[in-house]
Amino acid sequence: MGLLSDPVRRRALARLVLRLNAPLCVLSYVAGIAWFLALAFPPLTQRTYMSENAMGSTMVEEQFAGGERARSFARDFAAHRRKTGALPVAWLERTMRSVGLEVYTQSFSRKLPFPDETRERYMVAGTNVYGILRAPRAASTESLVLTVPCGPDSTNSQAVGLLLALAAHFRGQIYWAKDIIFLVTEQDLLGTEAWLEAYHDTNVTGMQSSPLQGRAGAIQAALALELSSDVVTSLDVAVEGLNGQLPNLDLLNLFQTFCQKGGLLCTLQGKLQPQDWTSVDGPLQGLQTLLLMTLQQASGRPHGAHGLFLRYRVEALTIRGINSFRQYKYDLVAVGKALEGMFRKLNHLLERLHQSFFFYVLPALSRFVSIGLYMPAAGFLLLVLGLKALELWMQLHEAGAGPQEAGGASGPGPPLPPAQSVGLASLVAPLLISQAMGLALYVLPVLGQHVATQHFPVAEAEAVVLTLLAIYAAGLALPHSAHRVMSAQAPDRGWMALKLVALIYLALQLACVALTNFSLGFLLAATMVPAAALTHPCGPRPLYAALLVLTSPAATLLGCLFLWRELQEAPLSLAEGWQLFLAALAQGVLDHHTYGALLFPLLALGLYPCWLLFWNVLFWK
Amino acid sequence: MAAALPLVLLVLLLLGPVGRGHAEPPRDSLREELVITPLPSGDVAATFQFRTRWDSELQREEGLSVLLKADRLFHTSYHSQAVHIRPVCRNARCTSVSWELRQTLSVVFDAFVTGQGKKDWSLFRMFSRTLTEPCPLASESRVYVDITGYNQDNETLEVTPPPTTTYQDVILGARKTYAVYDLLDTAVINNSRNLNLQLKWKSPPESEAPPVPFLHAQRYVSGYGLQNGKLNTLLYNTHPHRAFPVLLLDTVPWHLRLYVHTLTITSKGKDNKPSYVHYQPAQDRLQPHLLEMLIQLPANSATKVSIQFERALLKWTEYTPDPNHGFYVSPSVISALVPSTVAAKPVDWEESPLFKSLYPVSDSSSYFVRLYTEPLLVNLPTPDFSMPYNVICLTCTVVAVCYGSFYNLLTRTFHIEEPSTGGLAKRLANLIRRARGVPPL
Repeated sequence: MGLLSDPVRRRALARLVLRLNAPLCVLSYVAGIAWFLALAFPPLTQRTYMSENAMGSTMVEEQFAGGERARSFARDFAAHRRKTGALPVAWLERTMRSVGLEVYTQSFSRKLPFPDETRERYMVAGTNVYGILRAPRAASTESLVLTVPCGPDSTNSQAVGLLLALAAHFRGQIYWAKDIIFLVTEQDLLGTEAWLEAYHDTNVTGMQSSPLQGRAGAIQAALALELSSDVVTSLDVAVEGLNGQLPNLDLLNLFQTFCQKGGLLCTLQGKLQPQDWTSVDGPLQGLQTLLLMTLQQASGRPHGAHGLFLRYRVEALTIRGINSFRQYKYDLVAVGKALEGMFRKLNHLLERLHQSFFFYVLPALSRFVSIGLYMPAAGFLLLVLGLKALELWMQLHEAGAGPQEAGGASGPGPPLPPAQSVGLASLVAPLLISQAMGLALYVLPVLGQHVATQHFPVAEAEAVVLTLLAIYAAGLALPHSAHRVMSAQAPDRGWMALKLVALIYLALQLACVALTNFSLGFLLAATMVPAAALTHPCGPRPLYAALLVLTSPAATLLGCLFLWRELQEAPLSLAEGWQLFLAALAQGVLDHHTYGALLFPLLALGLYPCWLLFWNVLFWK
Repeated sequence: MAAALPLVLLVLLLLGPVGRGHAEPPRDSLREELVITPLPSGDVAATFQFRTRWDSELQREEGLSVLLKADRLFHTSYHSQAVHIRPVCRNARCTSVSWELRQTLSVVFDAFVTGQGKKDWSLFRMFSRTLTEPCPLASESRVYVDITGYNQDNETLEVTPPPTTTYQDVILGARKTYAVYDLLDTAVINNSRNLNLQLKWKSPPESEAPPVPFLHAQRYVSGYGLQNGKLNTLLYNTHPHRAFPVLLLDTVPWHLRLYVHTLTITSKGKDNKPSYVHYQPAQDRLQPHLLEMLIQLPANSATKVSIQFERALLKWTEYTPDPNHGFYVSPSVISALVPSTVAAKPVDWEESPLFKSLYPVSDSSSYFVRLYTEPLLVNLPTPDFSMPYNVICLTCTVVAVCYGSFYNLLTRTFHIEEPSTGGLAKRLANLIRRARGVPPL
């Protein structure tokens, strides 16, 4: 700090920053990207390890042998489901009671803000059924949850069968110290959300539901199960939750332990685990998984029913049984044994899972990168914004102090009146206008869907998406309207001040986002930072404009969709990509209203106005 | 709560004065009792009671005690032991006093597990023992089996061996019938040298809704996050047409800061104004909140009592060794006089079975119930204790180093003061001044 308060050295440093600004920025950006890509390689990835003592060694003997029972439950469930066309609530109640659980139901209904076209639902109603296994000689203060979300079609019936068979097996054991809640939800995640809100007696999303009759204390951990066939070839595990929240790493370690113990084939993001980390192949494979996880986490969507538990500080993950063309198949007993083992281990917990990491990215199941090691990647990218802002700040000052410095270096001189006056007054108009655009983008599409459907031949969902795009594009006309408001004095300083504010605004937002959801912060930084740094009202404007449009949040979303499908080895054609893009927009808005996902408001109210400021800078006259 | 008490086994051993009015009661009067009752959840509860005089020998291997086999008793859903000691007058004028010792063991058997999914039970299945002989010391040794609903046609349930006598009484406001097996009666045991009581349900009891007690309660914490929360107590009055008042007592630890203005009580969607509220605010680290209310529960209703709280930050030495487990909030205590359906007769305590003492009766039209809701587990904001010292040191250093400098940088402007060297004359003058020891110009 002494370095900065010493005027001579300060000036030398300032000159250095000014002269080497461009190379420093490039270097910093490249370093950020390179650091991120290097995350998959051994010095940065570490082996996972179990931190929680209570779950340390795998000294439990799994005794589950109810495979046949699970299959017959599943068959009955599927048959009843086909007969009733909805969740067979009465059958589930009867069956749960017959295996000795305390059974309750909860009905809920929700009118979505606009029809969900991918799942074909608008007025949603359903019933959740849950049974509580009371732990003997315990006071019902803590519980664990095993949940199976059931969608509109009759997939997941094997999971219900396994859940019931496990419940029957667990009921006969005496070692339970925590109650176990067996939850079957209808309307997949909406049901889970309704149940969670009712359990915690809150209303976050405007769900109407009947109050719960039975509770079992504080939920310590939850597992969600998705199975659609009697045999599985591998188990996929999903960790990413709502708004990119992740469960404690120990829960994932627990899953991995039992995968290894039972000799199950486990995948992450649908990718097999690389065995060889010493050569380049393993880490490269890990990098694919890492990128997939980054994209998934950045989307802020729950990647399974577990994602909604995380808001209530319930560590949770989803286990999916995959049946593909592989040689070795496992039956339900193997899956059931893994689940039994996990539950018995969770039953040992003395405290909530807290020992291990909450912030991590995973290049493989057995490897992780902790927050201390991945944050520099985002830090380097944000440094670019900082350097640019510093440069502008100094240029603004020098432009004001220029004549004095040039004329004679002696004497303090009056403190730069023009620099101060240009700053604020002229910035108010563009800032307000771009924020208002953001607000319109956030509010109007859902609010104006009925008006849109009356005047144009479109359905509600289409209306929302098209309004969204229209407002988004309309924002590009902003410089022309903002220009009139601007005072004409000191044209050069005007855009510099505006860009300075925009850079700091962007840097602050991205830093906050990167702290809570690293993937989102990093992706946005990686795309928005170069364009933001380069934007300049003079020079090749069309080129800058093209770059700026290509790196706008919406274009980033489109690009991410293509990258995502590419990594999943199911590349998209352009037309498909566009369709998927429109669907993703609708889903984003819907997720915000149904689950409280924050990506849409963040983009509409935070990053889009900020991006408009840069657009404004570019077309400054 | 839905108190799912399975089989209660109650053995009562009594040695001591039988009648208060008797001049010189028999010295050894050990009474022992086993009561077996079904519970609403379908489980079976067994309560043993032994009542004796303090000085008598209790280590016995006969009588009802043979059933007390640890590995079976601890294989149950619930067990509770109690010891009561009280002075009893030996004569009417109370010139000499005996001490009465009463030991109670209540066990709830999980009928689902022991009965392979059925609600039938037998002594052997529950205890893996049968009764072989009465206790030689006991003056009374009886087994009571709740067979309410049993009739001569044996339609609903069947007890074997068939009871010779039955006993009827009003327990918790309802009329109950008990089959009585007196072990001192030679006919009961002598036939087969052992007594294995069994009960079989003829018609599946699942068809009828389980009888719900008139008053039950539930308690939970709502909300999420580590800042605020809400304590909720649900009180159910399932009596079809009688409203009755309950006294709700809450003690809440001080680290949950209650907002008393948020106290809301609603019954059937309407505000329910408590007739009496006593609140004693907490003092940090000294005393907990005390909240006591008298609430009228309308007939056939659920009443929700909720109050918001804020989670306090503790000092870091005040956390328990397992802070992430959460902090317990003790149960609410609900006391009420619940109206009876059947009028109870005044009781002669010495003559009636020992288990009657478990169910106090105040008058004939109502009976007293005290319920404890479940305890709660509330998480407080907890620092990461794995490295608090490092964190504290690092943060303090960073703040100390950065704050001052940044403050300086932000509030001051720095300008270079060029040392004006002046002319030759001034330099010379300064040289001379320095030589003289006078400050330079």
